[in-house]
Amino acid sequence: MSVALNSRALVVKLIIIGTAIVILLRLLFLQLFEDKYKIMADDIAIYKKVVYPPRGIILDRKGKTMLFNRHAFDLMVTPSKLSKTLDTAELCNALGIDIAVYNKLLQRTIIKNGYRRPGIFIEQLSDEQTARFKENMYLFDGFELLERTIREYPSPSAGLVLGYVGEVSPTMLKRERYASYSQGDYVGMSGLENGYEEVLRGTRGVYYFERDNHNRLTESYKNGKLDTPAVAGKSLELYLDAGIQEYVERLMKNMVGSAVAIDPQTGGIICMVSAPSYDPNLLRGRARSYNYAALTRDYKKPLFNRATQAAYPPGSTFKPITALIGLDVGVLKPSYGYPCGGGYYACGKRVGCTHSGGGHAANLRLALANSCNSYFVHVMRLIEDAKRYGGVKKGLQAWHDYCWNFGLGHPTGVDIPYEKGGILPDTNFYNKLYHGSWNSCTNLFVGMGQGEISLTPLQMANAICILANHGYYYTPHFVKSIGGNPKDSLLAKYLIRHDVTHIPDSFFSIVALGMQDVVTQGTGKVAQLPGINICAKTGTVENKAAIDGVAVKMQNHSAFVAFAPRENPKIAVAVMVENAGYGATWAGPIASLIIEKYLNDTIATNRLHLETKLSNANLINPYLPKIEAAQRYRDSIRYEMRIANKKLEERERFIEDSLMIRHYFEKIYGKKLP
Amino acid sequence: MSKENASVVGRIDGLSIFLYFLLVGIGLLSVFSVEYRSTDPSIFMMSKSFMKQTIFLGVALFFGLVIFFTDNKFFSSFAYPFYGFGILLLIATIFLGKDVKGSHSWLEVGSFAFQPGEISKIFTALALSKFLSSPDTNFKTLRHRLIGSAIALVPCFIIILQDETGLALVYFSFFLVMYREGLPNIVLIIALSLIALTLASLLIDRTILFFIILALTLLAAYLIRFELKRDIVARIFLVGIFFICILYSHVAVPLVFKHVMKGYQVDRIYSMLGRDVPESFRSKSEDGVVKKSSNTSDYNVTQSKIAIGSGGLLGKGFLHGTSTKNDFVPEQNTDFIFCAVGEQFGFVGSVILVGLYVALMMRILFLAERQRSPFSRIYGYCVASILFFHFAINLSMTIGLAPVIGITLPLLSYGGSSLLSFSVLIFILLRLDVDKQAMIR
Repeated sequence: MSVALNSRALVVKLIIIGTAIVILLRLLFLQLFEDKYKIMADDIAIYKKVVYPPRGIILDRKGKTMLFNRHAFDLMVTPSKLSKTLDTAELCNALGIDIAVYNKLLQRTIIKNGYRRPGIFIEQLSDEQTARFKENMYLFDGFELLERTIREYPSPSAGLVLGYVGEVSPTMLKRERYASYSQGDYVGMSGLENGYEEVLRGTRGVYYFERDNHNRLTESYKNGKLDTPAVAGKSLELYLDAGIQEYVERLMKNMVGSAVAIDPQTGGIICMVSAPSYDPNLLRGRARSYNYAALTRDYKKPLFNRATQAAYPPGSTFKPITALIGLDVGVLKPSYGYPCGGGYYACGKRVGCTHSGGGHAANLRLALANSCNSYFVHVMRLIEDAKRYGGVKKGLQAWHDYCWNFGLGHPTGVDIPYEKGGILPDTNFYNKLYHGSWNSCTNLFVGMGQGEISLTPLQMANAICILANHGYYYTPHFVKSIGGNPKDSLLAKYLIRHDVTHIPDSFFSIVALGMQDVVTQGTGKVAQLPGINICAKTGTVENKAAIDGVAVKMQNHSAFVAFAPRENPKIAVAVMVENAGYGATWAGPIASLIIEKYLNDTIATNRLHLETKLSNANLINPYLPKIEAAQRYRDSIRYEMRIANKKLEERERFIEDSLMIRHYFEKIYGKKLP
Repeated sequence: MSKENASVVGRIDGLSIFLYFLLVGIGLLSVFSVEYRSTDPSIFMMSKSFMKQTIFLGVALFFGLVIFFTDNKFFSSFAYPFYGFGILLLIATIFLGKDVKGSHSWLEVGSFAFQPGEISKIFTALALSKFLSSPDTNFKTLRHRLIGSAIALVPCFIIILQDETGLALVYFSFFLVMYREGLPNIVLIIALSLIALTLASLLIDRTILFFIILALTLLAAYLIRFELKRDIVARIFLVGIFFICILYSHVAVPLVFKHVMKGYQVDRIYSMLGRDVPESFRSKSEDGVVKKSSNTSDYNVTQSKIAIGSGGLLGKGFLHGTSTKNDFVPEQNTDFIFCAVGEQFGFVGSVILVGLYVALMMRILFLAERQRSPFSRIYGYCVASILFFHFAINLSMTIGLAPVIGITLPLLSYGGSSLLSFSVLIFILLRLDVDKQAMIR
């Protein structure tokens, strides 16, 4: 009995210990071998709140605000967190939308972000929507408000310079630059907003909170040990003059073209206009995508920054550079004259010149003042055929190198993105074009800025800076200081003085005097200002376009470059107006008004008629819609061709592969594949 | 008098008292941590459960003192009257009971509410001990076995009538005591077979189960084929068992699940098994539409598993349990208090806690076995069995091994009735142990 009982006492003990072991084994799996519970626990109880700091503001050279912030709320939704009992009617009522719109928006968010990630349901709620949503917020599980600041532009100008912000796209997220961004974040998409994204955005604050089973925040997680505070974005102070920028945009509102003004002593850009411009306020807030599409469809391409992306043949405005190169190479003396009788016949074909009077190109200064074509195409030939280079090919390459040093043929490095480099032909270029057989007669037009050369207006303005400075420049840029610090590391590269040529000062002086003559007695009298020695050069650029398959000569581009004052240059300007006419008629007045406004701050009353003339002009090429449509058509064909080619290549590869397989199959197994 | 009392206190088993206070202390800290908010103006707030629990502990210790100063014969002498009083209390509760979450197991006296079902565990334990230790009782006879079972099962059935099934099931733990005192092995085997058959009939398709039972019967027939040839009783017996099995699995279980058990109970059993409730077992609402299960117990267990599972090896640290502190686990200071330990102290803490419980139970069994008087020994087994049942079922349900039935974790869970009844259970045993050489009848 006793033994039996003792064995039963043992059984009882074993049952207890066995149960404890089972429980411990289960705990072992639950706590040590499964990670999902940890993730789930963090998921349900920890709320990560991202605080977006206000983006940095942008001020112009006089301290006037060009871009600042306004507070707004985005309505975010996490579709997987929506409860089935959600009172959709109530929500729609609060937001002032109907059920169909609600479903559509939800569908869009799901497509864009998937079920589990929070996505923007409605961007930037109106004040009324925000208030009514907040009233009943506890009813709408899965929806939350995210405070943001939105950008506001006080003046409807400088859109392309300042740029805009938008939601970061999935393709952008793959790039290294945007590695720290997440879906739904805003990012500068163009202009300075993009160029200085890193300083403007500031540092996002991340706060971790615990929340309870009713989704209420209870307290900060781990006493805020993991939190990082938000740091506001730094402000940018620009060289840009908001007044001039707006003024020039107004002058050029019915033109297609561009105007760039740079302070040669710092490289600071005073204004950069690409006409036609757009109101930057269109590209913010809820209407952004709609307006963006509309702007893209516009045949005048307002989103295309002509100042940095469009390349034009510079026309006669290139002649001072030709002259300088000629002087430095030694093929040209200031006193050198060319007996132009209204054309250049040395290469067989006539090169026309607008002047035919005797002695209008009797020396360099006169030739510049009167913009003699014959003179400069001849100088170009002299440079190419200079004895010291021993051959046209080496001569042209030397010319190319001079121009390269003048900042042509490559992007200048301005601090807004997507800049283009224009075209600067070199020996290889002509070898390819003419299969190696060409001579100085082939490309003599380049000497007068026609033909194969094309420059962006920014490059033209920068080259004028080099003329004004007698041989050096600073990379053109907008930003004077970041958060009040002019020596910020981002700006270091703009503080480096580039001494690009070793052309003697005397040559620069002669060319400058010639350019001054342009204003005092030559083609650019319109730019004359009392008491200021302005140096300028007009340009009238011939151009053609294909209309319905036929090359048609368009109205000339009107170009004008200038710097002033000659002795102590404070401003360098380049203006290009497409299909407008003579350089002195349209581009000239614009340039001179920019100079006057910048140097004198006001426009003299006797010159106000220029303003009226420019504002009232309508210089938009009537063929532009056709040209634009043809361009789009070509683009779409090119795109389709590329796709078709790709498919074809794939198909070919596939056939090759299967042939190879067949071949090896027969070789190895000795029988044919079915 | 005072000298004798001092000697009583001096002879109390120190290790048990130590383990008791350790567990109660862990319980207080757990209850505290679950409710603690960093925004609280003060640590000591009377509205908090842990302060109330401290008061309950005070009351329990007062009862302990009273018990220590009581004569050791008192408990056996008054066992039956106490039992009778307990049964009356339980019956009264059916009618007078306060409605708490659908059950009528709480009795209100003034502003003070308690669960007679918890307290009558003590009375039942005393009564069963008294009955089994009585020299008139021969536990080898069926009659006395039935009386013993009845003592345990009468309160159980009354509590089922109060709709507090979880607490009622605790009374089955007395069978462990009866097993120790000579209940035949066959009872254990039949009980285990029934549990296995029930699970099988819930998990396995009925047709397949039918063939399995048939196959097992044929196997048994083959094994006892010589007896079958000789003995007609064996043949009837085998066929009878076969039919009982079929009836049980194919008629009784579905009937009970469909018509006797409540929807939430079916839900809980299936949620423990990790299955969805089959259509045929879903209770129908008045308009005939099949109700979808509410899955609240599923939610409890999921949250509980998240809390415990996220603890890892060392836990999140005291007062840093994100799940328990933020009310994600329902009933987290009563039935699911173990979550607080598992989350804040991790696997290490859980092992220590389980170790403490096993140590306490082993100590109680040790105390029981060293009693000279059978009454004290049986009573000790009663205490250990009740503790074991609560411990095993409560921990199992928090980690998803058992269906959620509302029973507390001894000494840890918040609640006056539970703390008081376990304290008194243990204190009575300690009092009896003081006079372990005495013969108590």
